[in-house]
This record gives sequence, C-alpha cells and structure tokens, in this order.
Amino acid sequence: MAKMTMAQALNLALQQELAQDDRVVLLGEDVGVDGGVFRVTDGLIDRFGEERVVDTPLAESGIAGMSIGMAVYGLRPVCEMQFSGFSYQAFHQIENHAARLRWRSQGRLSVPMVLRAPYGGGVRALEHHSESREAYYAHTPGLKMVIPSGPRNARALLVSAIRDPDPVIFFEAKAIYRAYREDVPEEEETLPIGQSRKIREGQDLTMVTYGAMVRPTLAAAEELSRKDGIEADVIDLLTVAPLDDSLFTASARQTGRVMVVHEAPRSFGPGAEIMARLVEKSFYYLEVPIARVTGYDVVTPLFSREQHYIPHADRVREAARQMLGEG
Amino acid sequence: MPRKKINITEKIETLSILDAKGVVDKKLEPSMSDQLLLDLYRAMVLGRRFDERLLALQRQGRIGTFPPIAGQEASQMGAVAALREDDWMVPAFRETAAEVWRGRSLESVILGNNGCAEAATIDPPGTTMPVSVPVGSQMLHAVGIGWAARYRKEDKVAMTFFGDGATSEGDFHEAMNFAAVFQAPVIFLCQNNHWAISIPRSKQTRSRTIAQKAVAYGMPGIQVDGNDILAVYSAATEAVERARAGRGPTLVECVTYRMQVHTTADDPRRYRSDEELEGWKAKDPIQRFETYLQRKKLLTKKKIAGIEEAVLAQIQAAVDNAEDLMKTMGDPLDMFDHAYAEMPASLAAQREELAAELAAAGKEGADG
Repeated sequence: MAKMTMAQALNLALQQELAQDDRVVLLGEDVGVDGGVFRVTDGLIDRFGEERVVDTPLAESGIAGMSIGMAVYGLRPVCEMQFSGFSYQAFHQIENHAARLRWRSQGRLSVPMVLRAPYGGGVRALEHHSESREAYYAHTPGLKMVIPSGPRNARALLVSAIRDPDPVIFFEAKAIYRAYREDVPEEEETLPIGQSRKIREGQDLTMVTYGAMVRPTLAAAEELSRKDGIEADVIDLLTVAPLDDSLFTASARQTGRVMVVHEAPRSFGPGAEIMARLVEKSFYYLEVPIARVTGYDVVTPLFSREQHYIPHADRVREAARQMLGEG
Repeated sequence: MPRKKINITEKIETLSILDAKGVVDKKLEPSMSDQLLLDLYRAMVLGRRFDERLLALQRQGRIGTFPPIAGQEASQMGAVAALREDDWMVPAFRETAAEVWRGRSLESVILGNNGCAEAATIDPPGTTMPVSVPVGSQMLHAVGIGWAARYRKEDKVAMTFFGDGATSEGDFHEAMNFAAVFQAPVIFLCQNNHWAISIPRSKQTRSRTIAQKAVAYGMPGIQVDGNDILAVYSAATEAVERARAGRGPTLVECVTYRMQVHTTADDPRRYRSDEELEGWKAKDPIQRFETYLQRKKLLTKKKIAGIEEAVLAQIQAAVDNAEDLMKTMGDPLDMFDHAYAEMPASLAAQREELAAELAAAGKEGADG
C-alpha cells in the first residue's frame, strides 16, 4: 500500500487500465504532454505514447462526440473535460447520443465511455471553475453519475467506470485532489457503481452526502459526537445516479432524522431526489422534517465569497443540532 | 514586417459528368460495372417510389412524420456506392435510400417513421449508425469511428452525411477540425439541398461554396453536381481512396435540391416558389441517369417498366409486412429496455409501476 493523493490514485487507475486493456484510450485538452491541468494524467503519454494518450484541439463537443464514435467502434475512451464548468459545451453530445445510443439501436450499439471532469469549489479558481452541477447528468436517463470522495474509492470507482458497459460521468472534487493522502493498494481494486457506503455509525441522525462534502460532513459528525453527544450515521453515495437508496432508507428508518449535504445548488439538486425517496418510502418513520445543507441557488460565487457558499462543518453541525432540538 | 499576401494555393473544383439532359462527358466518365450502374438505378427508383409511398401512408395517418428524400437520390447513392460494406456510414436523417442500400430494411424505415423503437431490431445494419436527428451532431461520431479504425490498423473509413444547414453548427467546425488534425479517414458528405426548412442556403453562409470551407481546415474539398450520380460517385470514390490510403479526410459538397417538404409537418409554399421547384425538376437525378443508361443500352422502356413494377411490389410487400409486424409490437414496457446494459433497481421499480397500471387497465377492459 502506498500513500497517495486522489490525483495520484486516479493516475494509478488510468495507468493500470491502459496497461491491461488496449481498448482504453485517453483524450482531452492538455492530457498528454502537460499531464492534465491537475496532473491526473501525468506521465501517461511517456509510458503509453500519443496513440493512447491523445492531446486534442480545444473543443469540448469535439472531445465528447469523438469519444462516442470511438466507443461505438469498440474502444473504451476516457475523455477529460478540463473543468466540469466547460462540459456544457459537450452536453448535447452526452444527452443526445452517449446516453441514448444503446436505446436508439435497441442494444446493438453501446457507448462505454467515461467522461472525467473536475468539479466543485474550494481551490480559489476563476468563474466557471467551481461548479457542482451533477444534477444535469443525474437527471439524464442512460447515464451514470459517479462522484468519489477520496483517493482509494476514486481509484476503485474509476476502474469500474472504465469497465462499465454504459457511459459514466465521473466527477472529481478539485478540493480533494491533493488535500490528503490515503493508503491505496497497488493490486487491482474495484467498487461497484450504483452502491452507496456507510462510513460512520450512529443512531441519532442520518447524514447523506458524497464527493467533496464527505469530509466536512464527517468532521461535523465527530464534533457532534465530542461536543454534543450526538451520533450520526453517515452515508457516502459514491454514485449519484442511478441512486442507491437502500442504505439511507434503512438508516432513516432507524434514526428518524435525515440531513442531506451537497455543494450543488439546492433547488432540484440531488438532495431533492433523496428527500423525495424518503418521503415516498419512509414518511412514517421520520420524526422531524428532512434538512438540506447545500449550496445556494445562485451562480457559484467567485472565490472571495466561496467559503460562505460551500457547506462547511460548522454549518452541518448547526443544522444537526437544530434538528435534534439543541440549536 | 511588411503587409503581404499569404499565398493560399488550394483551389476548389466543381465537377459535373452527366448533364441534366443525360449527356455524359466521356473524358470524366467513371469506370463502373454495368451491374453496379443498374443496381444504383434500381436503388434510386426504389428510393423515389418508397418516398412517394411513405408520403401517402403519412397522409392517410398510417405512419408519423418523416423526411422525404426526393431529388437527393444521386447525392446519397453515388456516395455510399463508393463505400465497402464494412466501412461505416454515419447518417443524418435524410439518407433513407442510402441506408436501404447499406442493408436497412424498408420495414425498419416504416416502423421507425411510425414511432416504433423496434425498427432498430429488424435486419439491423452492421456498420451503419442509426439516424441522428440533432443537426450536425453526428459528424463527430464519424471522426471517432475513423480514428478508432486507424488505431486498430484497419483500413475502414467513415462517411458522414449532413446538409447545408448543418454547416452552420459548431459541431461541423469541430468535426472538420478534429478530422483534419488527426488525419482521420472520414468523408464529409454534404447534401446541399438549398433549404434548411425555410432558410435558404444563402442565409446559412456567405461562403461562395460549402466545399471551400475545407481549405480552412487543411483538407481537400470538392463541389459536385449532386444530381449527377456519376460525378458524386467519382468524387466520393476519390475521397474514400484518399481516406483509406491514410491521407486524411475530404469534404464533398453535393449541390442538389430538396424537391419535397422538409418533413411531412412542413409547408414549403410559405417560403419558396413553384418556379424554383420546376427549375429543379428539369434537373432530376433519376431522369438523366435513366437517359444515360438507355443510351448505354443498359435500359430499355420494357426493362424500366419491369424495374418499376418490381420496386412497387417490393414496397407493397414491405408495407404489408410492416403493418403485420406492428400488430405484434408496441409492448409499452419495452421502453425500459436498453436504457442500460443492466436495469438499475430504481428503474425496475418504475417498470413494475407501469406493468401494474397496464394490468389494471387490462382487467378493467375485460370487466367492462
């Protein structure tokens, strides 16, 4: 086991998949010689050559559309959008074709591609570089929307995404690319797409979160335990769509109190779907209204204000205290 | 640095071999077997008659909206005739005759135009993509396919179709640019039919030709008389050979005319004149090809009548067959199929929901 940042762990996943499957090809802006602006593809062009690690012209629709053709031909393209905020220029390719070709051809064709994109704030970037708009993709039938929360699960999920027979949108939280290191095994490791994970046990309330928000949520849970005597059950979704509601449903039925934490804007965000599922399936188990701690319904603010936009541990803790009548 | 002219040497050619009266330019006449010529003639007639039948079916309410191809038979048939069976065709949505040439059944076309997803399952063509409705978006897929073929060291090429309207889309630019940068084996086949619904070619672009746009991307471009199947075949063959030999993409602009409505939901009288249409009728692609074949002694009046009869019988059989097939189709639950390789639990639950609704409705119907 080596201690790795999430960027290094993702690099390991790409490296191993490139090595063991010649259908895998990487493409995107600056992914080759430059190794990607976040260095996720660092060194891969040296090892695998420009046939496998392709620097493309600067055009998101071109990258996504070309990947679709490659996938139809039988390759496993892993394309990178330099920032998720630029992926909207490829959205029509993803929505109109990647998500639909299996259905349109009634199973004759498929699009086993991965679209990787850094998402979220916290790195003091420019406008368009801090968005958290996973709901666009999660709302699109035919896609899978995966968001890992740390080095080890990022590596395992990326391997699974590359091997998945359907298009996977893979969001990588910029804020945790290099925030900390974790043991990542050298030997192959995968995680099933479409399965959430319980990452903390508690009986007083349920916290549902994913991606970059896992850390502040866990930090809040620890504080609540230490200072308030409140024990939170914490669920990391890992896959936003298709949404695995099994763990948070079971947990909600135990605790009767649920909070959803995400960085994305609140209205029509992933939290809305999570709440809807809880209301549909577990209404009579709920003791208090479900709470949402999320980004606000505004343009993601520039970085001098982003610390007040992105949910942080104190905000999560305060919402939990109120939920338990201690606020 | 002084201000100087950059010497751009590329010139754009326009090619015409068989004129509107069916007179051939012997020097340019492509070498094509008698069988191929006759097969293409039959395919063009089939395309035209099938179009007419579909139009009638639509007016009778037996199929939904569809985009006719009339007038564009030479553009599309001349182009796909230059492909090998294992090459890829990446169509837009007005290439029905070419799709049929590549193996798509008439039944599949009828079903597809009548809202049945099962259309994709009847004689599915191997290396032909399904039609793509969002204008221009399919060209990039051809680039990916061509790139992948070269990556696999296979000598297949990809030919993608689009219209004059699509050249205004950003994806046209991105696809042309990517194909040229990667020297992908792609043939960009523009059917310039002069109208994007109500917008004339002159309002799509100020370029004198569409073919010249190739110059900016660093690829060859050629304009051809799109109603002249010999010219289209020659230009397409040249482009296919270039792509197969690893010398990159080509843009072929076929100048043709949409003699029918954009789709059956459209009324062209709102935006174009009868005179214009009449003018193009005189340049009909099938008529001139027929004259050419008659002069070559490949066709006689009797043979033509035989082909017409056989084509109409083929269409009638397909209509009957499709209407029979449709009686066995249309299980609403199949909308859940092929969303993913494996159905997610949440989707399975929604499928159950509809199944229960259908069962209840069925019971009600039986009880009522």
